[in-house]
Amino acid sequence: MQELPMDEILDIAFLLQTLRITIPYLLPSVGAVFSEKGGVINIALEGILLAGAFCTAVGTFYTGNVLLGIVCGVSAGVLIAYIHSIITITFKANQIVSGIALNIFALGITKFFCKILFNSSSNSARIEGLETLNLPFNPFLLLCIIILAISYITIYRTKFGLRLRAAGENPEAADSLGINVNRIRYAGVLISGALAGLGGAWLAFEQHSFTDGMSAGRGYIALAAMIIGKWNPLGAAAACLLFGFAESFTLQFQNSGIPTQFIQMLPYVLTIIVLAGFIGKANPPAADGIPFEKKD
Amino acid sequence: MDNYAVEMTGITKIFGEGFKANDNVNLRVKRGDIHALVGENGAGKSTLMNILYGMYRPDSGYIKINSAEKTFHSPSEAISGGIGMVHQHFMLVETLSVLENIILGDEPAGFAGIIDYNTCRKRIKELAFVFRIDIDLDAKVGSLPVGIQQKIEILKILYRNAEILILDEPTAVLTPRETEGLFKTLKELRSEGKTIILISHKMSEVLSISDRITVLRRGKVTGDLHTADTGKSELGRLIVGEEIADLSVKVKTPFEDTILEVKNVSIKNDRKFLAIEDISFLVQSGEILGIAGVEGNGQTELIEALSGIREIDSGTVLLNGKRLQQNDVIAHIPADRHKHGIVKEYPLYMNILLGRESESGFSTPYHLKQKELINYTDNLIKEFDIRPADHGQLMGGLSGGNQQKAVAARELTKDTDLIIASHPTRGLDIKAAKFVHEALLSERRKGKAVVLVSTDLSELLMLSDRIAVMYNGTITGMFKAVQTDENEIGMYMTGMMAKDSKK
Repeated sequence: MQELPMDEILDIAFLLQTLRITIPYLLPSVGAVFSEKGGVINIALEGILLAGAFCTAVGTFYTGNVLLGIVCGVSAGVLIAYIHSIITITFKANQIVSGIALNIFALGITKFFCKILFNSSSNSARIEGLETLNLPFNPFLLLCIIILAISYITIYRTKFGLRLRAAGENPEAADSLGINVNRIRYAGVLISGALAGLGGAWLAFEQHSFTDGMSAGRGYIALAAMIIGKWNPLGAAAACLLFGFAESFTLQFQNSGIPTQFIQMLPYVLTIIVLAGFIGKANPPAADGIPFEKKD
Repeated sequence: MDNYAVEMTGITKIFGEGFKANDNVNLRVKRGDIHALVGENGAGKSTLMNILYGMYRPDSGYIKINSAEKTFHSPSEAISGGIGMVHQHFMLVETLSVLENIILGDEPAGFAGIIDYNTCRKRIKELAFVFRIDIDLDAKVGSLPVGIQQKIEILKILYRNAEILILDEPTAVLTPRETEGLFKTLKELRSEGKTIILISHKMSEVLSISDRITVLRRGKVTGDLHTADTGKSELGRLIVGEEIADLSVKVKTPFEDTILEVKNVSIKNDRKFLAIEDISFLVQSGEILGIAGVEGNGQTELIEALSGIREIDSGTVLLNGKRLQQNDVIAHIPADRHKHGIVKEYPLYMNILLGRESESGFSTPYHLKQKELINYTDNLIKEFDIRPADHGQLMGGLSGGNQQKAVAARELTKDTDLIIASHPTRGLDIKAAKFVHEALLSERRKGKAVVLVSTDLSELLMLSDRIAVMYNGTITGMFKAVQTDENEIGMYMTGMMAKDSKK
């Protein structure tokens, strides 16, 4: 068997590839922290990624402006999150069912409009990428770092964060102190939608187009990363990096002589080992997934 | 100007189809008093306080705070009106720190909503100093004992500048020492001019701490008393509406067979730590062994092991001289009846069947004997005075006292020599509690062995023959009930004293 070229693993290109792969995990994952800290499970993130990617592609294609494309993608994310909020917070429907329904909905509607707008149900026309911004660095990478810092401070240092955590842990207690639990929860879910929509925008720019089903389960993996990260934005980010590293590793060594199947297995093996061995018991917010019913 | 902090006049509150929870109630509380509001469960105490606190609107009547008429539409309005309430079930977020819990909902914040922790920490420290409450502000609330959690609740309302504090059954969950600590704090609050309304149904406590007492029965005021001018018997009569006879006298039973023998038993808790370490004791026929202790010192694990839902790590448990088996029949009145005792969605007679479904009286190998079961249930309803007397009534529709009677009826009529009762009267009113006590004593007279776990020391002293005190997973003391008192047991409960408990 051929020896693994270790210097290749650690080179800059590999690192950058890892980071690029990490971005579409990290954004929805940090978003999920906001949603679940407040007590709402948001598996619609998968659909939001997809819809975000689609609307970014459409926006960029018609305006020719990358920034406006991003605005479209984020808006789509917020819109779907808003629907999820109405269903689960106002009408107290089951959060998983609503999430699955929205994912299927996103899958269908993106395909539908893709066909109408680009005359192909599988992919959009080519769009401009982030390179048109002419920046000397990757703006999304910087954005991720800023978002991560702001998220951490927001959740653990601000009034809003304290109330959000209380709403997800013991909504009755929060309510007894005059906090509007449902409004706080809406805010958490909307933030998750915006961040996942941004993640979708990145996907579209990476491929310079939208392709059918391009979120490819990243929303779910982002949720897993959030759990591995114990509902902490920094922990979630670290878990996303791990997934990014594993996937990047897979790409790097596809042609290295090691059986491909074995290489492709690695990310999943890694996940299981990390979940079972190093993380220990993860305690979700106590009222996560439970609609808040005000007593009267 | 008169000096009433709270005046509630002519308060009537009707629920559902004409049930009057409060019927023309008048309550006057003097500023700077500790005013007790007493009565049985369902007498309307909590309804009245919830009206004062803005959770309910009265159907008639009005409220004056410091002589000014006020209407509160929500607890937040009541809070800004200077009224704070400590609920029976604490409203705390366990994963947050003490400090975060206190400021939650009223956070001083600066730029971008970032909380100014220094300011609020200073303010809370001042409050804690004035009222002599000593708490580590950075501890996670979930890790603290209930006595401390209660003080956090009190600090929470003081932080919101409350002048009037309502405490709903504050001692229900406390040990004697914690209760003492609470009363000290309440006196401290009174001396600083705060007004306190104390909801309780423990007469001795009310008599020892309050200045005035208002008694409610079935929604009406039956007494408005100066504490100094009244006593237990008058208060008891006003609460219940009739004299309560003393419990049947305990006599030494003639039995002496050993029913339960626990030898060098150790038990692990859910986190795989030893919850019970090498304990041994005997329970004889016709004996009630009381187990005292602050909650969380291994009682739960011990009871779970004895009733077969938790494995024993080492040691032996013998029932009638034979090793205790999983399928041995034991009567078990669980601590949390909602979780382990009943199915609320089932009718009463199905609840009577729970755990007894394979008894030949109730089933053949192929089907349930519905008719026999219903007859049996009807007999139990009579014998145990379960109300409403309807075997088809859904369990969730029964009052707590009647649910507990139903659990007792099912368990105590099982064919077994061993009864395990865990907090059997928690949350029950005086009459229902007395009924359960009588039922246990009657089983004892029949020669059964009873293990009784309770945090209510007066209950333990009244019923038990011997009392074992548990602290930190071991038995720190074993006493004859007639030779000890609450103070002595309290010392052992908190680990301040321990004696060799072998045998």
